[in-house]
Amino acid sequence: MDSALIPKGVKRCPIWQFALGLGIAGAVLLWGVYAMFLCWFKGLNQTNMNDYYGFALWIWADLAVIALGGGAFFTGLLKYVFGKDELKNIINYAVLIGFICYSSALLILAIDVGQPLRSWFIFWHANVHSMLTEVAFCLSCYFCVLTIEYIPLILENRQLDKVPFVHNLSHSMHEYMAVFAATGAFLSFFHQGSLGGVAGVLFGRPFAYREHLFIWPWTFFLFTWSAAAYGPCFTLLVTRITEKIARKQLVKDATIQLLAKIAGWMMFTYIIAKIIDTIYWATTTAPSLGFSLKEFYSNNPVYGFSILFIEIVVCGVLPAVMLVIPKVRSNRLLLTLATVLAVIGVSLNRWVMVLQVMAVPVMSFDTWVMYYPSWQEVATTILPVAYGVILIMISYRYLPIFPQEAELNPLEPETPVAAEMDSQEATEADADPELTPAEA
Amino acid sequence: MKHTGNIGKPKRYGMVIDLDKCTGCGTCMVACMAENNVPFKKDESNKLDSITWLRVYRLTNGKPYPDNEVCYLPRPCQHCAGKHEGHSPCVSVCPATATDYDQETGIVSQIYTRCFGCRYCMAACPYHARYFNWWDPVWPKGMEKALNPNVSARMRGIVEKCSFCFHRYQKAMEKAHMEGRRELEEDEYQTACTQACPAGAITFGDLNNPEHKVHQIAQPDPAKGGRPRNPKVFRLLEELETNPKVYYLSSREWVQEACHKPHLLDQKTAHH
Repeated sequence: MDSALIPKGVKRCPIWQFALGLGIAGAVLLWGVYAMFLCWFKGLNQTNMNDYYGFALWIWADLAVIALGGGAFFTGLLKYVFGKDELKNIINYAVLIGFICYSSALLILAIDVGQPLRSWFIFWHANVHSMLTEVAFCLSCYFCVLTIEYIPLILENRQLDKVPFVHNLSHSMHEYMAVFAATGAFLSFFHQGSLGGVAGVLFGRPFAYREHLFIWPWTFFLFTWSAAAYGPCFTLLVTRITEKIARKQLVKDATIQLLAKIAGWMMFTYIIAKIIDTIYWATTTAPSLGFSLKEFYSNNPVYGFSILFIEIVVCGVLPAVMLVIPKVRSNRLLLTLATVLAVIGVSLNRWVMVLQVMAVPVMSFDTWVMYYPSWQEVATTILPVAYGVILIMISYRYLPIFPQEAELNPLEPETPVAAEMDSQEATEADADPELTPAEA
Repeated sequence: MKHTGNIGKPKRYGMVIDLDKCTGCGTCMVACMAENNVPFKKDESNKLDSITWLRVYRLTNGKPYPDNEVCYLPRPCQHCAGKHEGHSPCVSVCPATATDYDQETGIVSQIYTRCFGCRYCMAACPYHARYFNWWDPVWPKGMEKALNPNVSARMRGIVEKCSFCFHRYQKAMEKAHMEGRRELEEDEYQTACTQACPAGAITFGDLNNPEHKVHQIAQPDPAKGGRPRNPKVFRLLEELETNPKVYYLSSREWVQEACHKPHLLDQKTAHH
């Protein structure tokens, strides 16, 4: 039914199967949209946030998806600026995942603020000293960059590509993609860092506060570094999940191995920096503000030393070591395990830097306050996941996301009827010999 | 409208709360809510989402009877000045400049019509002095007629906090200007909680003015970021260098220990 829209040389599931998948994801999406409208029309009393937890599940989700979406800027930087050409085989998917992550982050922010209609005040009345202002500016700009990076991919759809203007536009955009990739990396450095700075500058919150280098707290650099390290892991993980669902290999091992190796070394160096930061904070910064490390991890039912151990050792050191050892990362199962651990690790780091910051009492006569999200918060946090699944499904089906797919999965000899239909389509496509699909 | 700002010497309005006098009666809280049109819910049992600009904490020394002691600590916004005047934890982080540090009075204000409810300031405040309007205010029938016309009611989705009854300052300044004066007498500008406290535990005034009682009790040292020279006076979490303008007075050592760690600040001062 939709075969005319499907890229040439690849096979897709029957339309009913595709529609069923869309229906399931769509139902989850609608549930999230319902919760979103509840929050917009009835207010944030629909959440379980309170005056101790001004930042909660949504801000964590924001920080986490932005870190995980870091694969887009870092892969782009590696390919277009550092000339790692092999990564052209995964850059489309990295951009798509980044686009989903960043659009989700903006949506969550729009739900999270108490007066969404005033959101523009952050630009109009900008306080240049606030980390959140920097986040808002860079995030919005980078989302525009990601949109520009995603557009050529959409234009490469088999039918759109037949239109000469669209075809030429797509080609022209590809030519300037290095500029956008460099701009994206520049913007990402600042907004990823500023997101780290959001917690790091809180000098009233000893659990979050970090010493500064120039005007930036250490968390500024740690967040950028971790996004560059863990973002590609998320790209690899989602690629693996897509391959599992599609039941075929979509990216060659050489590309996967290269990205995994770079991510591994980034994680390895990051985790060393994180360990140094943690030791300095525990032994110097926090005590100078009247806190011992033990106070941050005791007298409460959730946040014990195990959180620190899981984040740094189990989901930090372990996956980093796994990815830097060629023998381990060349094993598909172990590679997937390492990426899963990495994704958990960076998400846990963001959780700690948001939720635990809120939980730790600062005044000695205050108490730990625990929090669990309301169903509306959960639904609106799952909403971007459903939206991401839908966008990936549509993009994978109709756009040439994986340049190596056709080569890795040659089509079997066709039946006479199908061959006849295909030859008709081929004749249509070959009408203008100058129109060949653009390359990423 | 003609600008009626103070052209004279900058003020540093602040208060000293005598914890040895405070009985924990809560009159200050009630006076504050009535004065500032603070909204309330039908069921106020969940204190995590109810608004109390001035909250009274109950502290104990943790000892068993008969050595057990209790202290009540009223906590308004501390109107922090930060390491350098104006670098309050909350003011520095607000992305939309919806909270401001007034250099003329030292008062940290909240601009309700500009706040878009990101709650970053709440995350930044270690005193939990900032409150979010999770609901639109609903006043019992007839009560809207008793609201203070000098204070705007707030809407859902924004943050609010103690303003040191700033509207009273504005009113007093207007009166002074009409009378051709640029300075206020000490009793011309007092907060609602100060006036309501039956024990006289709260003293309010200009910390920069040696004639004001608040200055005489706290004896702030301007060379050390306003640290009190009176050994019985201290500030909450002073070691974080928030530089608050609310001072507390207690002769009880355990109360002082529960509120601040002065040796850490001494170390920092020596280091600097």
